[in-house]
Amino acid sequence: MTATSDHQQISYIAGQAADARVNVELLTGDMTLNIGPQHPATHGTLRIAAQLDGELVIKADPIMGYMHRGYEKLVEVRTYPQVTTLVNRIDWMGSFANEVPFILAAEQLMGVEAPPRAQWIRTVLFELSRIANVALFLGDMGVQLGALTPVFFAFRDRERVLNQIEAITGGRFHPNFDRIGGLKDDIPKGWIEETKDCMNKMRTFCDEMDDLLVGNEVFQARCRGVGVIPKDVALGYGLSGANLRASGVDWDLRRDVASPLVYDQVDWKVWTHPDGDSFARYWVRLQEVRESTHIVDQLLDGIPSGPIMAKVPRIIKVPEGEAYISTENPLGEMGYYIVSKGDLGPFRVKIRTPSFNNISIVPWVMRGVFVPDVITILGSLYFILGDIDR
Amino acid sequence: MTLALAYWMETSIKLAVTLVVIPTTSLILVYLFLFKMMAFMQSRLGPMETGPHGTLQLIAEAIKFLQKEDIHPDNADKHVFALAPIVVLMSTFLLYVVLPAGPDLIVEDLDTGVFYAMAVSSLSALGVLMAGWASANKYALLGGLRAAGQLIAYELPLVLAVVGVAIQAETLSLQGIVHAQANWEIFGIASGMPFIFTQFLAFLIFMISAQAELTQTPFDMPVAETELVGGFHIEYTGFRFLLFFMAEFGTAFAFASIGAVIFLGGWSLPFVDPTANWLNIVGPGVMLAKILFLTFLIFWVRFTYPRLREDQLQKFAWKVLIPLSLVNIVVTGVFKVAF
Repeated sequence: MTATSDHQQISYIAGQAADARVNVELLTGDMTLNIGPQHPATHGTLRIAAQLDGELVIKADPIMGYMHRGYEKLVEVRTYPQVTTLVNRIDWMGSFANEVPFILAAEQLMGVEAPPRAQWIRTVLFELSRIANVALFLGDMGVQLGALTPVFFAFRDRERVLNQIEAITGGRFHPNFDRIGGLKDDIPKGWIEETKDCMNKMRTFCDEMDDLLVGNEVFQARCRGVGVIPKDVALGYGLSGANLRASGVDWDLRRDVASPLVYDQVDWKVWTHPDGDSFARYWVRLQEVRESTHIVDQLLDGIPSGPIMAKVPRIIKVPEGEAYISTENPLGEMGYYIVSKGDLGPFRVKIRTPSFNNISIVPWVMRGVFVPDVITILGSLYFILGDIDR
Repeated sequence: MTLALAYWMETSIKLAVTLVVIPTTSLILVYLFLFKMMAFMQSRLGPMETGPHGTLQLIAEAIKFLQKEDIHPDNADKHVFALAPIVVLMSTFLLYVVLPAGPDLIVEDLDTGVFYAMAVSSLSALGVLMAGWASANKYALLGGLRAAGQLIAYELPLVLAVVGVAIQAETLSLQGIVHAQANWEIFGIASGMPFIFTQFLAFLIFMISAQAELTQTPFDMPVAETELVGGFHIEYTGFRFLLFFMAEFGTAFAFASIGAVIFLGGWSLPFVDPTANWLNIVGPGVMLAKILFLTFLIFWVRFTYPRLREDQLQKFAWKVLIPLSLVNIVVTGVFKVAF
């Protein structure tokens, strides 16, 4: 009995330790497999130290921090307008969305409100970055499961969305476009029609994914019932975004929280799925991309005229105070807690990123699954490494 | 055959032809399907720069592989590690011995041709297991074990699917099976219809099992790039990797040839006398067309489907394919006795 508990102790320590000692072979023949930090399925530098019994995963621990860039500290030595450049790089797939909650929080502290036109365009860009982000997931999930073709369709069609973002912001990945009190520029001529055309193409893309993956028997066999996260566990681990909605929790910050963003002006629906498995997570995201294209279409029809920048002082000083604003980013709830001491830059910023919480459920959900399921679950949880390690 | 050659001459000609055919066929498959068809399916162009439409890309790739350093992992079992790709490629080479390309174009027309082909094709499992074990890599080990389990599980439906054809053709010789199809009479009319019409179920089982034997998606768990990062050949570089690569596509070609011979009539054409001498000229072309059709099916599925999980794969083999192939044998046997 003592031998068993000793062994459990050893394996626990070995699993926890974030150094090379994790690699030691254990006496019972259990195998420790390091999935990552360089592994195609982790699309970045996440490491999963998995204890295997044959192909069965006994225990899996995510070890993060390989890409920590210290943004919370860096922000403290930047002025407010400089911060957007940094936070662009947190979730690099939908970078504009990272700027929005920070700017909203700063605006709230300053008591500034962006003019309606800026808010509408902000919302459009917010949704475009969601589409650009999640569209890649829709294809990438196929690659994780071995289907090579969908991801190329995803890259092809995501390119159209990136082109639209580039046309207005000038940046494809790092727009750095949101300003306290509005936006940097107005939309260019002809942009609305082009974007509508692009949204049509994205809907076609969603139909293609429906045909290629959702309706595919092999895909369903690999995803249904794999990595089931029940409602209470999902809430307990603080999951957010599509991962939470796929567990049947009807919760979306775009709808549930009063925000300057104009989601209340359009007619849209929050998709949920009762199953909580990998398939549900894929399905919910697919529906959300569709829904986002409809949101963008409606918003484009109703952009009001007017200025895109409110009157703000040339040198921005945020008055003393604290504010927390979170928005429904492509990956889930992203929030900034800003503490200001009345200086040019924030005194302290806490960044709440969705992937960090979403990945924290890995040890819970990856017990008693097979090695291929590890990849399915990792793929379906959909994290961006920059969003975990910021 | 009127032309009489000395044994050593005949043998060396056959050897030379086989040695040329195997790399050439893998090159054709890689260029046609892996480079171009896959690219067109994925709305890309594929290689375009090296030669017209990238036709010379493969030569560039081969030169690249030859230039690379031959790396052994420190803990690797060096001799087994070095031998594994050769064992895998050897199994491919041995397959070509019994593949007929015309009335007289065959290396050796064995009486037990199909049996021999099935037997040597399973040798590759040994090589894969050797590679997986000797690499001293956990991913390679998992890949090797998966490959061994998979190749053994799918060997069975493959053989059983062929049994139906063997019963109908009343021979195990591949050349004999071609002749049986060319001379096959329906209601007393010599039609020369291929066996796919009567053995369609067996054809399906054969193609699915071949897909698994070749470790192509949806049965590619042994290599699973996103999971095992290449599986059993994860530690191989340069020339040894090239050997694995050639074996993969060479075996795909060989399996498609077996499929073309036993289900599509091989080098024979419907309503054509199979003893005609000109078939020695046309036969390889006919055969190649049928093989390319079958490889097209294999690669079409490969680029479309996600991969199954290991347990689902085993379930599929033991619970679906093997019972179905047994049913096929029974039905074929009943018809053979009744008519």
